[in-house]
Amino acid sequence: MSLYFNQEHEMFRQMVRRFVENEINPHVEKWEEDRIFPAHELFPKAGALGLLGITYPEAYGGSGLDYWYETVMLEELGRANCAGIPMAIAVQTDMATPALAMHGTHEQKEKFLKPAIAGTAVFSIAVSEPDAGSDVAAIRTRAEVDGDDYIINGSKMWITNGTQADYLTLLARTSGDYGFKGMSLIIVPTDTPGFSVSKKLEKLGNHSSDTAILSFDNMRIPQANRIGPEGMGFILQMQQFQKERLAGVIMSTAGMEKIIRMTIDYCRQRQTFGKPLIDNQWIHFKICELLTEVEALRQLAYHCVRTLVAGEDVTKEASMAKLKAGRLAREVADTCLQFHGGMGYVEEYPMARYFRDARLLSIGAGADEIMLGIIAKYEGILPGQQK
Amino acid sequence: MKVVVCIKQTPSTTAVLTVDTGGNVKWDDPGGKPNVLNPWDEYAVEEGIRLKENHGATDVIVLTAGSEESQEALKTSLAMGCTAAILVSDAAFSGSDTTGTARILAAAINKVGGVDIAVFGKQAIDGDTGLTPMQVARKLGWTPLTYVSAIKEVGGGKITVERLLDDGKETVTANLPVVISVVKEINEPRYPSLMGIRKASRAEIPTWGAGDLAVAGGAGAAASKVDWSNIYAIPPRVGSVEMITADTVEEQARILADKLFEEKVI
Ligand SMILES: Cc1cc2nc3c(=O)[nH]c(=O)nc-3n(C[C@H](O)[C@H](O)[C@H](O)COP(=O)(O)OP(=O)(O)OC[C@H]3O[C@@H](n4cnc5c(N)ncnc54)[C@H](O)[C@@H]3O)c2cc1C
Ligand SMILES: Cc1cc2nc3c(=O)[nH]c(=O)nc-3n(C[C@H](O)[C@H](O)[C@H](O)COP(=O)(O)OP(=O)(O)OC[C@H]3O[C@@H](n4cnc5c(N)ncnc54)[C@H](O)[C@@H]3O)c2cc1C
Repeated sequence: MSLYFNQEHEMFRQMVRRFVENEINPHVEKWEEDRIFPAHELFPKAGALGLLGITYPEAYGGSGLDYWYETVMLEELGRANCAGIPMAIAVQTDMATPALAMHGTHEQKEKFLKPAIAGTAVFSIAVSEPDAGSDVAAIRTRAEVDGDDYIINGSKMWITNGTQADYLTLLARTSGDYGFKGMSLIIVPTDTPGFSVSKKLEKLGNHSSDTAILSFDNMRIPQANRIGPEGMGFILQMQQFQKERLAGVIMSTAGMEKIIRMTIDYCRQRQTFGKPLIDNQWIHFKICELLTEVEALRQLAYHCVRTLVAGEDVTKEASMAKLKAGRLAREVADTCLQFHGGMGYVEEYPMARYFRDARLLSIGAGADEIMLGIIAKYEGILPGQQK
Repeated sequence: MKVVVCIKQTPSTTAVLTVDTGGNVKWDDPGGKPNVLNPWDEYAVEEGIRLKENHGATDVIVLTAGSEESQEALKTSLAMGCTAAILVSDAAFSGSDTTGTARILAAAINKVGGVDIAVFGKQAIDGDTGLTPMQVARKLGWTPLTYVSAIKEVGGGKITVERLLDDGKETVTANLPVVISVVKEINEPRYPSLMGIRKASRAEIPTWGAGDLAVAGGAGAAASKVDWSNIYAIPPRVGSVEMITADTVEEQARILADKLFEEKVI
């Protein structure tokens, strides 16, 4: 228990920890090797325990709790033996569904949010395109009105859960050619004719998570699947990104701490030049520095959660936390690998996987430079901005 | 049908036991894990809940005799799906041996009243005696069914169970009420759900003390028949390494074989 977490949170933490230890960790080796995990087996188990709808309304199977409970879950997921599966789960809970839960109609929530919370349907968030990652305003996937429907054409790239998703939360252009205006968020069932997975991507890390290029050829989707008013997609997605980024920060902070503690254990046991590695001042000082940075990041993350729970805008702080998390994860990975020596470089030990997986944080959910841009904008120092 | 599940709170499975020179026993978890619902008792709790789901039990009451802190284990059981919890706790009960604990639990089960089945885990991972279920059965005068690996049928005042023995399984039928102790083959304990946890953490758990129970024969340190006269840690085994050196492998092997023969290893 702590200032932030009460006994109920701690009971919940024990439960999620057990879920990770029993339902995820024993399968990590195989799922990493398979380059995919069985979302349709794992998600219903998580759903049955209430893990996929913590903050969502009880009317749709959620628990109606505040973000502190989500924080507990994300921290425990972040301690799993890989980053791929936690990311895939967070796509379902914090990346593809927040806008639906916040702005969807009752019918939409009945139809799409309910199975997302139960884990019977797997979701993807489909924003990035081959020519538009950081520059979301450049997306070209189009949704043209045809009667009560949209006809959707285009493609999306790097889509997590993409080869096994039942639904996409798709950002598409409903008018104009470039810019923030004229985009809409639309729920797309992947059994729609015209949908196809063009390629499953091989990646540096997060091997257990499937990532895909998707293509859309004259997909007919009812306009009733659009979340919120037409043209509001960009704004809704920017709101949704806050949850995505914060989730990434919380999971990775827990993961960093775990890997540092693993490194401490290793350096205690490993002897060089007649003494344990940890007895070298360079090593224990460096580890203490990293622990200090991680603690500072965690406190920033908790500040973000407090701000979010209070219903205030968290964009600037969440962007700062995301920037810091990406950079720190790289430093932690590099330093801890170094202290493992040759053991850090071989697959017999979890270190190498962490090193690979950690690299994504500075790119996914908005690259470090995009975070810097957002912070600059909030500080009023982005060129061309009025003071 | 009323079911009582008797559980104990124990150190975690990763906790390390130390005994100081004064014979004081301490459990410490290196990872700081809190005390838990005795892992064997998870199967008992699960089976209690299944008696409700599959055999029409109306109440599944989880019961423990222990310190105030044991509420945590009761709450875990409530979060899994037990319908009510009772903590029996009193300074007068501390220092009870298994007989004393059995008397307390039997008195509590009698106070609950109308109980048909009392479910126990096989043993507790700290004390490790495995005696309590049988002793409670004796105090209550109920049939003990130990090492139960499946409950086949409950009805018409009878219960049919499968018992897992060293050399096989046996199916037995007994008249209710019974005391059963279960083995891990019986089920796969469920996780407490988030909603279960929320309900459980708010539950007001009644505490029964010595004044609430008529404990026949008494309990607590004074009534204890077992005296722990000496508790000590097993001295760590000291080993030593001897490198055998010789000019040839054959010579090394011959020396090794001789030594092993001398030590009566071969
Ligand atoms: C494993 C993985 C999973 C992913 N999952 C999803 C998903 O589920 N859904 C989804 O929609 N997307 C997903 N993505 C895509 C991800 O969001 C993008 O890769 C990310 O936004 C970066 O976009 P980009 O790759 O197009 O890089 P680019 O936009 O081409 O940028 C390349 C680099 O240039 C720099 N840069 C860019 N803009 C600026 C600038 N203005 N100033 C200075 N420097 C700049 C940054 O360093 C950036 O990393 C995933 C990506 C990966 C790798
Ligand atoms: C792909 C690969 C190929 C290899 N090929 C060969 C080969 O062909 N032949 C061969 O003989 N070896 C080979 N090696 C072994 C390699 O030379 C060793 O891994 C390397 O020397 C480091 O030793 P170590 O792994 O035992 O690290 P350790 O000695 O355990 O050191 C671990 C870490 O502790 C830190 N450290 C160690 N000592 C100190 C100190 N005094 N003060 C402060 N910090 C310290 C460093 O950060 C170091 O990285 C290979 C290794 C790899 C990964």
